Amino acid sequence: MISRPEPATRVPRFTRVERIAHWVNATLFTITMSTGAMFYFGWGQSLIPDREAVRAVHVYSGLGIVVAFAIAVIPRWGRSLRADARRINRWSRDDVRWMKSFAKDRTVRLGKFNPGQKLNAAFVPAAALVLAATGSIMYWNQSFSTDIRTGADFVHQWFGVLIWITVFGHIVLAFRDLESLRGMTVGTVSTSWAKHHRPAWYAEEHTATTPTPSPVDA
Amino acid sequence: MAEDEVTSEPEPAERGTPVGRRVFIGLLGIGTVGIFTGSTVSNWLQRIAKDDKTGLLGILPGGGGWRYYTVTDGYPSRSTAEYRLRVGGLVDQPFTLTYEALKAMPPTKLDRDFQCVTGWRVLGVKWRGVRVADLLDRAGVKPEGKALRLTSFDGTYTESLTMEQARRDDVIVAYELDGKPVSSDHGGPVRLYVAPMYGYKSVKWLDGIEVVDSVIPGYWEDRGYDIDAWVGESNGRNDQQT
Repeated sequence: MISRPEPATRVPRFTRVERIAHWVNATLFTITMSTGAMFYFGWGQSLIPDREAVRAVHVYSGLGIVVAFAIAVIPRWGRSLRADARRINRWSRDDVRWMKSFAKDRTVRLGKFNPGQKLNAAFVPAAALVLAATGSIMYWNQSFSTDIRTGADFVHQWFGVLIWITVFGHIVLAFRDLESLRGMTVGTVSTSWAKHHRPAWYAEEHTATTPTPSPVDA
Repeated sequence: MAEDEVTSEPEPAERGTPVGRRVFIGLLGIGTVGIFTGSTVSNWLQRIAKDDKTGLLGILPGGGGWRYYTVTDGYPSRSTAEYRLRVGGLVDQPFTLTYEALKAMPPTKLDRDFQCVTGWRVLGVKWRGVRVADLLDRAGVKPEGKALRLTSFDGTYTESLTMEQARRDDVIVAYELDGKPVSSDHGGPVRLYVAPMYGYKSVKWLDGIEVVDSVIPGYWEDRGYDIDAWVGESNGRNDQQT
C-alpha cells in the first residue's frame, strides 16, 4: 500500500471491541470445534486420556461462546457490534444481485459486508445457540426423555458438521483476501480496498461522518 | 440505489430486506423442530442407510452407528491366544475357557438391536456366541447361586444379572459381531450381549462370570443406573424393545 499514490489514512473497519469479541470467539470456537470433532469421530470417545475432562472443556468453552457474545453486545461498549449486526441483517438490492450472480457481478455496489459475510454472520450465531441448547440437553440429560435426548443429539451432530464447514470456509476466504483480514486484525483497511470492494460503505462513511471517518471506538 | 447510499436519514444500512433475521430465526426454528423430531428422523435415516449399497448415507451426521465407550483409559487389549474366560463362584465345577474352547461350544445366533441408555441405537446387529445358560449348566450352579457378577479385563467394569435373567436364550457371551470377530473397540475378543437390556449390561472385554448368592450392583448401577435394565422399562425411558 505504501507505494500506492493514495491517502496515507486507512479506513477504520472494526473497533477494538469488535476485534476482541471476534478473537475471543475464534479461540473458543477452535477449542470447542476441535474437542467436538474428537467426539464426532469415535476415536475421541475411547482414546483420549481423560474423556470427562475433554467433555467438560467442550461443554464450557461452547457455552463460553454464547456468554462472550452476550458480554460483547451489552450497551456499555457494544454499540459498534450492534450497528454492524443491523447492517448484516439488511440485504440491499445490490446484495441480492451479487448473490444471484454468485459473486461474479462486479457492477454491484456493496455495503460494509458482502452477502456471503452476512449469511455467515447470521448462520454462525444461530447455529451456536442451537448447539448450546442441544449440547446442554446432552450434557445435563437426566431430566429429558429418550426422544428429546436422541433428537438433541441428532440436531447437534448436523449443526456441528455445518458449523465446521462454515467456519472453515470463513477462514479460507479470510486468507484469500488479506486486506479484509487486516480489518479484523489491526482494525483498518486500505482506502483502495474500501473503494473497490465496499464502495457503498466507503461512500457512506465519507458522507455521513466527514471530515473524520470516525470509528466508533469505545 | 445510488440515492439510497448517500441518504443519511435513515441510515442506508438500516434499509433493505431483513434476510439476516429470517435466516437466524429460521435456523432456531429448524433446531427446535429437530430436537422433537430428530429421534424419528434418525431412526428413519438409519433404516435407509442400512439398505443403501453405496454407503453414502451412512456418513451423514446423525445416521446412527456405534459409539465406543470405556470406563478406563483407552481400550484394554488381549489377543485371542491370551484370552481366558473364568466361570466360577457358587458352582460345582469352576472352569476356564480359552477363546478356541469357547468357539467350540454350540453357538447361538441373534439378530437384535443394540440400545444405549444415552439414546443411540444400532439396528439389526448380528451376534454369535455361547448362551450364558450353557456355560452355567456346564459348571453346575449350586442351589445358593442366585445371581451373576460379571467382570471385565479392563480391571474396573462390572455388571450383574439375576440367575433368571442370565438363563434367558438371548443372553450370550459373544465372539462375533456382524460376521466378524468382536473387535477391541467393541469389547473383543469376547464380550457379553444381553439383548433385552440397555447396553451397559453387555460387559465389554468380559473375562469372568462368578455365581454369587445375591445381586451385587455393577459399575454403572453404583452410579445410579437401574439394576434391572430392561429396554423400555427402566431408567425412566420408553424405547421400543430390542
